[in-house]
Amino acid sequence: MLTAAYALLFYVATLILVGGLCRKIWQYANTPAPLKIPTTPAPVTLGGVVVRMVREVVLFESLFKANKWTWLFGWMFHAALLVVLMRHLRYFTEPVWSWVALMQPFGIYAGFAMVAGLLGLWVRRIFVPRIRFISAPSDHLMLALLLGVGVSGLLMKYVARTDIVALKAFCLGLIYFDWKPLPADPMLLAHLTLVAVLMIVFPVSKLLHAPGVFFSPGRNQIDNPREKRHLAPWATRLEAGTGGKR
Amino acid sequence: MVELNIRQPVRQEDHSDPLEIPSLSPGVMSESKPYQASPDHQKAIGFPGELVDDWKERAIDKLGELVGKSRGLRVYLDTCVKCGACTDKCHYFLGTGDPLNMPVARQDLLRKVYRRYFTFAGKYFPWLVGAEDLTEDVLDEWYSYFHQCSQCRRCSVYCPYGIDTAEVSMAAREIMDSVGKGQKYCNEIIGKVHKIGNNLGLQKKALEATLEDLEEDIEDETGVKVQLPVDQKGADIMLVTPSADFFAEPHVDGLIGYAKVFHQAGASWTISSYASEAANFGMFIGSYENMQEIALRIRKAAIDLKVKRIIFGECGHAWRAGYSFLNTLAGPFDFLDQDYPVPQHICEYTHDLIQKGELTFDKSQNDDIRLTYHDSCNVARGSRMGDKPGGQFEIPRAILRAVCNHYYDMPADTIRESTFCCGGGGGLLTDELLEVRTKGAQPRMRALQQVSEDHGVTHMAALCAICKTQFAKVMPEYGFEMDAIVSIHQMVSNAIVLDGQISEEDEDDEDETRTETSGDDTNEGEE
Repeated sequence: MLTAAYALLFYVATLILVGGLCRKIWQYANTPAPLKIPTTPAPVTLGGVVVRMVREVVLFESLFKANKWTWLFGWMFHAALLVVLMRHLRYFTEPVWSWVALMQPFGIYAGFAMVAGLLGLWVRRIFVPRIRFISAPSDHLMLALLLGVGVSGLLMKYVARTDIVALKAFCLGLIYFDWKPLPADPMLLAHLTLVAVLMIVFPVSKLLHAPGVFFSPGRNQIDNPREKRHLAPWATRLEAGTGGKR
Repeated sequence: MVELNIRQPVRQEDHSDPLEIPSLSPGVMSESKPYQASPDHQKAIGFPGELVDDWKERAIDKLGELVGKSRGLRVYLDTCVKCGACTDKCHYFLGTGDPLNMPVARQDLLRKVYRRYFTFAGKYFPWLVGAEDLTEDVLDEWYSYFHQCSQCRRCSVYCPYGIDTAEVSMAAREIMDSVGKGQKYCNEIIGKVHKIGNNLGLQKKALEATLEDLEEDIEDETGVKVQLPVDQKGADIMLVTPSADFFAEPHVDGLIGYAKVFHQAGASWTISSYASEAANFGMFIGSYENMQEIALRIRKAAIDLKVKRIIFGECGHAWRAGYSFLNTLAGPFDFLDQDYPVPQHICEYTHDLIQKGELTFDKSQNDDIRLTYHDSCNVARGSRMGDKPGGQFEIPRAILRAVCNHYYDMPADTIRESTFCCGGGGGLLTDELLEVRTKGAQPRMRALQQVSEDHGVTHMAALCAICKTQFAKVMPEYGFEMDAIVSIHQMVSNAIVLDGQISEEDEDDEDETRTETSGDDTNEGEE
């Protein structure tokens, strides 16, 4: 019963996450950008834009320029989350890929760094008046949700351990549609529930910044408006309509 | 080199950091509103005369339409995570402390309505995500605070997703226009351009008379016949410049500078009376159609006058509209000489000539000036000059260093891509908004005070008509003379040595510094 419920929960959560993100990405990709609006100085070649985007996504360059504390906590959280996610691949691969096995010890540290980063961000959200002013309840809840995921994971590692072998069997079972029983440990169930909630809210929340950043015209456009005429499809139609004017 | 007549600012008490973050003062600027456009002004540019009865539904529909037409707007409204990176970046926030002048809070005025009507979370859990119904109060807030944004894009530099408040405020203004709540200053001016060809409503006869006067002035000062031709068919170059260059100080000294450069380069050039305006206020109100209609005047004038090149004069947003948008809005320009960029900036043109050694300067003519340079926002963050990214910073500075001996930059975090708006951009250059304009100028003025204390700087150059007008107006509030703002090509004009220039002593050398006409001390130029 419990196994079936969680199996279904994760199937649904995965469908919502993937379906929702695909829908948003399709929408972003198909919404025209009528004018050239890169924030300049901007790269004048496609290669330059790729470099700019990589620096933005990997190093959070603009945020670094803006505010060193927010950058520190934000970057720490995201980098740690990436390591933690990669560490979790061991629950979904059999045999475990060698690089995943190698990085296991770092994954533990990353768990702490992730929680520390989130706490730092939350402290700023509560105690810096400017940031408190712009925060909606959902902004606090999102931090609470991520902290819940991180803390419940750490607790499982150090306090309330679960049957990790059975859990792995459950995870692999999800992938191969061959369900195996899920251990009924409260901490594990809490961790999994929070993760599923996170997956479900992802496509309808500000977590859309993950795909969104790649579609930001301010960052992804090439600065070449004089060399190459840029025209959106709807503007082309408009132009055809006003053809008499020119 | 002895410094003569260095003027220190009158007001010395404000030594504050230009980037100092004020404490929050909610609502202090909520009464700042521009005059509303009259029905005639509205209708003349394709909008309803007054607030329509079903304004709410139409505003929401328009928002949906705009989100569907602009990837930037859609992504910007979706992706903000409220990290706060932008909260201390807007000059209007730094100057007023009103939290709704924090870029993210300004965006949220529109975002909360977008969320309410267009997102799952906002439709079903509005309280959770700060979504709100569109009400009259919200519309009032829009009208007030989207007219306290100069669309300078400083916030977008610092946003980890490049969210551009300028795009959001343009969209908000277009929505308000489309339901009949437009702004008088912008909309009246756009109407004048459609009808007459420039922001001032200056007719061809008046333009010709003005330019003839300038020709006489230049000849009186230099003894050289420098021409400022109008509508000369077959000229190589068409100069498109902000109409303020024809009248206002210090703009007109810049125009004299362009004319001298063209003259010295032996160029054949002309001004068009039909496209006698580089400014494009259609951009400020986010109206693609109006922006295009204005841009198409430039295309038509270029075709009618059979010119080979288009060069823009000194104007900030006009250069963004020219550099970034003209090709899109009114291109392709395949009928022009493809050896030159279309359009080209007058600074690119002058800089090229300097590089080739084709201009001679007597830099000592500017020795009474200790200069700094204000990067205009739209040039800095919305355009480029030359081949390389950042040319928009280097080329103006290279020109200024070539024509004067005493040049000093303001603090690094207030120039180049981090430059502050003058406080009057984005369609706010109107008297009823003087309070927000003056407060918004504070960061730039403090940076200027710093460089004037550290290096005795007396003057600041700019290449934007709005910056020049705004600074001339607000500088006295901060202890500077109103003529402490100069045009780049005014500096060029002072120093350039024309062939055949007379070298006798100037009769009425009344100046301690630069004042009215540019030629006061050019007479000593050639020896």
